Amino acid sequence: MLLLILKRIGLGLITLFIVSLITFVGVEVLPGDACTTYLEREAYGAALDACIKRLGLDVPAYERYLDWALNVVRGDFGYSLSGEMPINEVLGPRVKNSLVLASVSILIGIPLAIVLGIITALWRDKLPDIMISTVTIFSMTIPEFISATLLILIVAIWLGWLPGIVILPSDATFFELLSNIILPVVAISMIMTAHMARMVRSSVIQVMSSDYVQMAILKGVPYWKMVFRHVLPNALLPAINVVALTIAWLLGGVVVTEVVFNYPGLGRLVIESISNRDLPVVQALAIILASIYVGINLIADLMTLMLNPRLKSLQIRK
Amino acid sequence: MENNLITENKQKNKIEKAFEILKTMASKPSGLIGLTVVLFHVVLALISPYIAPYDYKAISPNTMLLAPSAEHWFGTDSLGRDVFTRTILGGRTALTVTFFGSLIALLWGGLLGIFCGLVGGKIDDVVMRVVDAFLSIPWILAMLLIVSLLGTSTEVLIPALGFFYGKGIVRVARAATHDVIAKDFIVSARARGHSNMSIIWNEIIPNVRDAILVEGAMRWSWMLLGFSSLSFLGFGVSPPTPDWGLMISNARGLMSFAYWSVIAPIVGLSSLIIGINLTADAFAKALGIDRSTKAPV
Repeated sequence: MLLLILKRIGLGLITLFIVSLITFVGVEVLPGDACTTYLEREAYGAALDACIKRLGLDVPAYERYLDWALNVVRGDFGYSLSGEMPINEVLGPRVKNSLVLASVSILIGIPLAIVLGIITALWRDKLPDIMISTVTIFSMTIPEFISATLLILIVAIWLGWLPGIVILPSDATFFELLSNIILPVVAISMIMTAHMARMVRSSVIQVMSSDYVQMAILKGVPYWKMVFRHVLPNALLPAINVVALTIAWLLGGVVVTEVVFNYPGLGRLVIESISNRDLPVVQALAIILASIYVGINLIADLMTLMLNPRLKSLQIRK
Repeated sequence: MENNLITENKQKNKIEKAFEILKTMASKPSGLIGLTVVLFHVVLALISPYIAPYDYKAISPNTMLLAPSAEHWFGTDSLGRDVFTRTILGGRTALTVTFFGSLIALLWGGLLGIFCGLVGGKIDDVVMRVVDAFLSIPWILAMLLIVSLLGTSTEVLIPALGFFYGKGIVRVARAATHDVIAKDFIVSARARGHSNMSIIWNEIIPNVRDAILVEGAMRWSWMLLGFSSLSFLGFGVSPPTPDWGLMISNARGLMSFAYWSVIAPIVGLSSLIIGINLTADAFAKALGIDRSTKAPV
């Protein structure tokens, strides 16, 4: 068991290492270095020399990579080009804001998805299923920037209920954020809930048609007792991994949603730093977002292991 | 002569089979709706340059932000351009980019996946690690980086999208190959002394084709989503080109009093994405492939 956990963590670290290599090599191989892309037309003479000195671009690439990687492991991402301040300081409040947005969306989205998934599965092909499934197909296929734009148009402009965009500095407090994040949360959790509800639905349907559930029905176990005791634990377990992958996949959608609502989180920082051609920040973001992805998957793997007694005993026997 | 007949029969069978699949897809209302919507968009994309009533890039200060009328069916945008013209031409941009992008994704993803599934061992391990690593970089960050460094033109966008959306196909193709490779007919083909190429071409590809095609159809809709998100963020096709994502982002600031210029591209893009999704779902069901329990990675 412990060995298995360590192995998973090791694989995650290898993945992160490859990600760091890819981003580093990618930036290196693509035309232009950090200084010439950042300074654009002013990239000559003293300004260029100073920038190269500051970023240490005059040393060989592998040395720079080692240096950078060691610093990242220590939690130091270096300096950003545009603000000329430590990237850690730039990132701090942004990470907090994105975390608030993401965790509120997840806290609303996951329970809602489970309930909707179970309802649609138990009333399969009946009216509740058809209605909910139609809505989920719409909300999971429509791009975030469209649903967000429509939300602003309808709720903020036509109805005038809520502010349409977030006008907050990136160091706003938690409570200042809360009143502003209702629409972004709806936009993000709409698509996330739809994806997860569909998976929970098919998972429950699969378990409902399994032999042991048929047996329970034949034995005369009361319907709801059967659903809660026999079906749900077995149906939700495989969904954990898929839910994790969905959350990680939605990181991209969060970027778009943050831009639409002008929300001062990591996503907007991605766009800002790329527009400013601030490559050190972009590299830091790539590592952070990839770590979130790997971390979520790791947690899901471990949860599945903990919750599934069969896997545990399998490992012990091995 | 006889050989000819056999190949002719084979061809006929293929066409008949394709018809059969189409029929199964259209037999359910969701599949029928999906097919109709996609067909509508494809036809519109083909004929739009000939039926567009105005020049898509003609700027005129006299016709700024007009409400929908008989002359301008969907109104005009903030530069006085006809929204109807730009909307129907926008579908052309979206379909061209994502069609060729999906083709590239299918080709490299499918081939690399089959290769990995076949050789197995160390090479397979290393390639899959790298694919996993690529999967864990959010698509938007990678695409933005490529596009911002190489420029925003369709020549960059198509291969970049194709590359990025192909990595998921690698996984599916590899898994399908793994399933097939242990089967008896591969072993017997080996025993008959067929070359590797012949085994790949005659035994493996026909058996993994369905899974890869279904995955490709699904990727198509995600690629469309990704492409229009890029355009929306200002990193997709460059401005005068009629594109839905770009139109929405331009018209968004003025939508409190000119909502029509944002509604038309929204309807266009949403209907196409939903249409492709429904079609891909129906396609998967017609081929007997269940992908509802998979994560959208």
